Amino acid sequence: MRSRLFLWVPLALFAFFAGLAGYMLTQDKTEFVESAMIGQSLPDFALKPAFDGLPGAARSDLVGGQPRLLNIWASWCLPCIAEAPQLEALQAQGVEIVGIAIRDRPEDVANFLARHGNPYTRIGADDISEVQLAIGSSGVPETFVIDAAGVIRYQHIGDIRESDIPILLAELEKAR
Amino acid sequence: MIRVLLAFLAALIALPLSAQDTMPPAPYAYNQLDDPALEAKATALMHTLRCLKCQSQSIADSDAPMAGDMRHQVRSRILAGESPAQIRAWLVARYGDYVSYTPTVSASTWPLFAIPALLILIVAAVLLRRLGRRHADAGDAS
Repeated sequence: MRSRLFLWVPLALFAFFAGLAGYMLTQDKTEFVESAMIGQSLPDFALKPAFDGLPGAARSDLVGGQPRLLNIWASWCLPCIAEAPQLEALQAQGVEIVGIAIRDRPEDVANFLARHGNPYTRIGADDISEVQLAIGSSGVPETFVIDAAGVIRYQHIGDIRESDIPILLAELEKAR
Repeated sequence: MIRVLLAFLAALIALPLSAQDTMPPAPYAYNQLDDPALEAKATALMHTLRCLKCQSQSIADSDAPMAGDMRHQVRSRILAGESPAQIRAWLVARYGDYVSYTPTVSASTWPLFAIPALLILIVAAVLLRRLGRRHADAGDAS
């Protein structure tokens, strides 16, 4: 009798895994890859200007004074259009935003800013995504909070929505 | 009729959902290193690194611009004398274990390695017992 019951163990195991697979299919899957650089020092970089209207961006531009936002974006990125008014709202609150344009052309950057507004003080051109890879960003747009010591304190993945603004302001305050 | 057909044809045209950049690829995205030995080293490493934009592909398999930029990092770092292990560590420091397809034993992954070994031990024990019993039975019969 005991050995008969034992025969059901494989079926029970199979049912368990089938159930687990079915359950996991109903769960939300996050496609985001979080940066492992939170709490680490911003790597050294110096990027040329993304267009001739603003200076380029280097690590030294993000260090010292108030905490700043480092916004990874591109003119070819559709969510960046949705994000543009939110960045302007943050700028209106006195936040300094340094941009890094990924794989972008100067004329496209200028057109994007003319159409969607310019919340940046500087924009560096990252033509081969080297700074993006160095800070652990895996897409556009992403926004990092950098404190006065040059430490990466927070990462926002995806476009900034209106509801994200208080979160970012709080993170900037925390980084002070 | 023609209009319906045209509308139908138009529906068949696939337009990319999100725009991609039009910049030329990074120098070493599609160009191999001149030294075949270094290129082999770089290629072997690229097959074990995950593309972050297209997460079921390695950066060697993907045509995403970001995968090209990652290949450029791998090749230029190999050329600069870094070892594949150093480059993997550099990426893992930025994206976590996720970026690497090579499994590592860690606090969360050790059961993956321990359970098969344990199962083999159990199976071996069961087999030995059964075979031993059959031997004993055969001994009784003779």
